[in-house]
Amino acid sequence: MKRLLSLEVRSLCCIRDDRVLFENLSFCLFSGQALLLEGQNGSGKSSLLKILCGFREPDAGEVLWCGVDLNNDSFFEQMAYVGHLDGVKKELTVLENLKIAGALGKPGHYSIEETLERVHLSGYDDVLVQSLSAGQKRRLSLARLLITDNKLWILDEPFTSLDKEGIAIFEALMVDHIAREGMVVLTSHHDITLHGIDVQTIRLA
Amino acid sequence: MTLSNAFIAIIRRDLVLAYRRRAEVANPLLFFVLVITLFPLGLGAQTKLLQAMAPGIIWIAALLAAMLSLDSLFRSDFDDGSLEQFILSPHPLSVLILAKIVAHWLVTGLPLLLIAPLLAIFLGMPEQSVPVLLWTLLLGTPVLSLIGSIGVALTVGLRRGGMILALLVLPLYIPVLIFAGNAVEMAGSGLPVGAQLNILAAILFAALVLAPLPAAAALKMSMNG
Repeated sequence: MKRLLSLEVRSLCCIRDDRVLFENLSFCLFSGQALLLEGQNGSGKSSLLKILCGFREPDAGEVLWCGVDLNNDSFFEQMAYVGHLDGVKKELTVLENLKIAGALGKPGHYSIEETLERVHLSGYDDVLVQSLSAGQKRRLSLARLLITDNKLWILDEPFTSLDKEGIAIFEALMVDHIAREGMVVLTSHHDITLHGIDVQTIRLA
Repeated sequence: MTLSNAFIAIIRRDLVLAYRRRAEVANPLLFFVLVITLFPLGLGAQTKLLQAMAPGIIWIAALLAAMLSLDSLFRSDFDDGSLEQFILSPHPLSVLILAKIVAHWLVTGLPLLLIAPLLAIFLGMPEQSVPVLLWTLLLGTPVLSLIGSIGVALTVGLRRGGMILALLVLPLYIPVLIFAGNAVEMAGSGLPVGAQLNILAAILFAALVLAPLPAAAALKMSMNG
């Protein structure tokens, strides 16, 4: 029997420079669900994701992973984050970047070749990242999600600089991931279509 | 993957990166050589004086070169988001940082060690001091990278952290400077230097164990921006 994973946020509050970004925010996300955060620029979407990753301390409230505090290894084994920064080294090749990403986590469902095929970067193995286009770089940083085994994906504007085809590829990957009992928390300005997926939407004002 | 795999993967990654940015990496070494060559030019042909000052000159130049190279330890990883991924890895951050420090020393510390005998002879250092100078550099330069990592981890989030970094880190380098300089000077007079070398070794081992932990904590703090 599979254990149901959960990410629970209880009356969370975030204050930045004396401005309350959000307060009393509570939600609960289980395996097989996605959470879409909406809101204007500066409404605290990225700050919320940073709190979920443990980069920022919440000003009030708590974040629980399967009922316990975030600061434990089991959370970091299960989560992956793609933020505004790509987190890839431009002087390394595509392959070298994925190898180091693989070394930092547990091996996932896909091999490096399969991953590159899924994000349509096959044949770019030995290309330096600095000669890739912005969209290709983005696809590479999303490829990182596939080569390690993570249940929870935390994605900050994952569709930035992706073209229509790239967005379609990545939506399909998210649907696959959620169907495999995965969880996704994402922010996006684009309309996303996740067919047959239980999506919660939270609007930060 | 296991922790040792991750450790080795990071060292290999940083060495490949250093190789691809060779020009940048050579700078601290050139700086080291240049500072040392300035002394004979500034002091004139006073062989005795240069000979007496040689241990101090070489070690102070090494301290400054190590400090200048520190910024490159985390800067690019901080700017491109690689550091976020290190922090989120299930592996302990302090061990991953230790791997980065080892790679950093191999690229910036080891070359100083290789060129030092030439510069020692250039300054007229007595022959019997040269092996001792190498021992002090071998034991001392890794300490500079280790202690420095705490300073860079604290200042990497600041845009212009260069001067603060120097003020933070240089005072912490003083014990290494004292024992290393003293050992080389004693060796010149033919005195035993076992005690100084042992103390340097002790400082190195203590720093190996103790420095990565505060560096990891400071990096996590720097991310909280």
